[in-house]
Amino acid sequence: MLGITQTTNKTTLLRYLALPQPEDKVQCMYIWIDGTGENLRAKTRTVDFVPKQATELPIWNFDGSSTGQAEGHNSDVMIHPVALFKDPFRGNNNKLVLCETYRHDGAVHPSNKRNSCNQVMQKAKGFEPWFGIEQEYTLLDTDLHPFGWPKNGFPGPQGPYYTGVGANNVHGRDIVESHYRACLYSEIKISGENAEVMPAQWEFQVGPCEGISMGDHLWVARFLLHRVAEDFGVVVSFDPKPMPGDWNGAGAHANYSTKEMRAPGGMKAMVEAIERLGKRHAAHIRAYDPNGGNDNRRRLTGRHETSSIDNFSYGVAHRGSSIRIPRQCSDDGCGYIEDRRPSSNCDPYSVTEMLVRTTCLNETD
Amino acid sequence: MLGINVTNKTSLMRYLALPQPEDKVQCMYIWIDGSGENLRAKTRTVETVPKDPKSGIGRSGLNLPIWNFDGSSTGQAEGQNSDVMLHPVALFSDPFRGGSNKLVLCETCGHDGEPLPSNKRRTCQQVMEQAKEFKPWFGIEQEYTMLDTDGHPFGWPKNGFPGPQGPYYTGVGARNVYGRDVVESHYRACMYAGVKIAGTNAEVMPAQWEFQVGPCEGIDMGDHLWLGRFLLHRVAEDFGVAVSFDPKPMPGDWNGAGAHTNFSTLQMRQPEGMKAIIEGIERLGKRHAAHIRAYDPHGGADNKRRLTGLHETSSIDDFSYGVAHRGCSIRIPRQCSDDGCGYLEDRRPASNCDPYCVTEMLVRTVCLNESG
Repeated sequence: MLGITQTTNKTTLLRYLALPQPEDKVQCMYIWIDGTGENLRAKTRTVDFVPKQATELPIWNFDGSSTGQAEGHNSDVMIHPVALFKDPFRGNNNKLVLCETYRHDGAVHPSNKRNSCNQVMQKAKGFEPWFGIEQEYTLLDTDLHPFGWPKNGFPGPQGPYYTGVGANNVHGRDIVESHYRACLYSEIKISGENAEVMPAQWEFQVGPCEGISMGDHLWVARFLLHRVAEDFGVVVSFDPKPMPGDWNGAGAHANYSTKEMRAPGGMKAMVEAIERLGKRHAAHIRAYDPNGGNDNRRRLTGRHETSSIDNFSYGVAHRGSSIRIPRQCSDDGCGYIEDRRPSSNCDPYSVTEMLVRTTCLNETD
Repeated sequence: MLGINVTNKTSLMRYLALPQPEDKVQCMYIWIDGSGENLRAKTRTVETVPKDPKSGIGRSGLNLPIWNFDGSSTGQAEGQNSDVMLHPVALFSDPFRGGSNKLVLCETCGHDGEPLPSNKRRTCQQVMEQAKEFKPWFGIEQEYTMLDTDGHPFGWPKNGFPGPQGPYYTGVGARNVYGRDVVESHYRACMYAGVKIAGTNAEVMPAQWEFQVGPCEGIDMGDHLWLGRFLLHRVAEDFGVAVSFDPKPMPGDWNGAGAHTNFSTLQMRQPEGMKAIIEGIERLGKRHAAHIRAYDPHGGADNKRRLTGLHETSSIDDFSYGVAHRGCSIRIPRQCSDDGCGYLEDRRPASNCDPYCVTEMLVRTVCLNESG
């Protein structure tokens, strides 16, 4: 039976969560990205004050040999709090604390992509780079078959599912609804949701976020999604091609603009930026999934509304291009561009950093 | 097991109870897709509570912006030029998300603002504007069938059939009606949302139900009925039940499903309005074929399976009318016959008709005197 094997009695949970919590005991859940570059980890500590900024919280550490981030004989990896959010699961004054990972000697851990992203965003802050990412994902049952699909089988072909309604068209909407509210509560800048082309596939959008906050908000939103789905006994996959064959893959289309692009006449800056991006296609592809482009290779086939991984192209309202200029922006003569290449499991720090390096800092290969 | 594709509702309630920031409002934009019968929806966060759906154009920051979607995924555009625009036209309260959150019914247009072929609302609104002194009122009796996710009617024995029709119409009891929880929930959701739901009843085929929307004037009929249909799909989703508006879901000795359309003009409603009712019916009789083409999304092909002359339908090829006669194309309710005025009931529209098309045709033929 769907989604029931792993869930425990929620009424019982509510009873305990309703217990009053002492004012001077605050739960802080430290969250970090592990050695895979795509999975999240978390653990909690009690602090005896209500933190207002991440920097008020102590540096902590964890056993990196259990997360692919260290060897056993020298396994302590440090976690530095960098961003604070309200905790929708625990309520009250409890917090979620996004962290960066460091080696004990203070060196940035290789799996920590935020550090260099932050430096680039600092350098480029005069450009006021804004981002909005459309995060696609797939819901799976705990047997890893897509949630709501017939066991040992397949639903009817794609067509009725995109933005669909009805029990035979969408599966797992409760998770989507709960996730949306959890993000709003935590002040994650969630801007929308829709059911996607493959049944059990969904999308949420985060943005517009400036600079480093795009990566922060998207990573925490991903954490919230995994955590909310856990409450329903459902698994979330950010794999870019979870079902081979005539089923859509999953991307993380990154919408992007600078102050110049947003101003009247900004189309000139948009096209310039796209042309710079076109000259560095291979470098961007390497940065757009955690495996140097190998994950995206399964997704960017040129079919199912993707561009082919080897070719760079752009067009107005063209969903088969690498970069799409939205119709509205074409009409207005300014606005933003949509880079459709990033994979659903990309690191948003890597993606946003590359976009700024190439189009603001003029880096070339 | 019936209705099992359902996730834990206690968990959902916990999240829905989270306080929502006042400056973050969820607006679910709803539209009709290229099939002319299916609905689609997606959501965006806005920062102020929308009041007038016509106030926004283009950019964010305005009250309710025009939005867009990928029409190549809904049978409404090609991939290389796929943005279809969504123009908000009617606002309803959201019974699923509560608070200040909204459901926003939209028209689909090209980027030039012109309606897509699947957008039947635009011409309907123009006709209603033209005919507004007639004060055309409508009430539609929307029939539908509940299906389990395997496509078999909900509550029917698996690999089998219930006993013959007879005890089910307006029935009560676990052997007579299936899925009443969906009906009850839908009724309340409609009332909360502001849809003008006038009633419900169980129908002749088991797992078949009906709800009525109206009386609505002009363009409101289409708006309220489409939103009523969306709410039904969405409520049933919460129960793991699918809703079909197919006009003949089960072949054989099982009733089909219609959308009987009750209609009157100011003149018909007034004393001695019977004269106007009869005149209206006679005009309708001269345009039977044109109306049939407008009364389902496939030019009459869907209705051909339903309007057989059996199971309380008229035959698709013949036009007839009578007082209290359920085998006719048009029925004059007994009460109206007694009062000498009132309304007429057009029994021809299929359950999957587009109410914009149906109401537009009625007004064109009866009020604007169109012929042919």
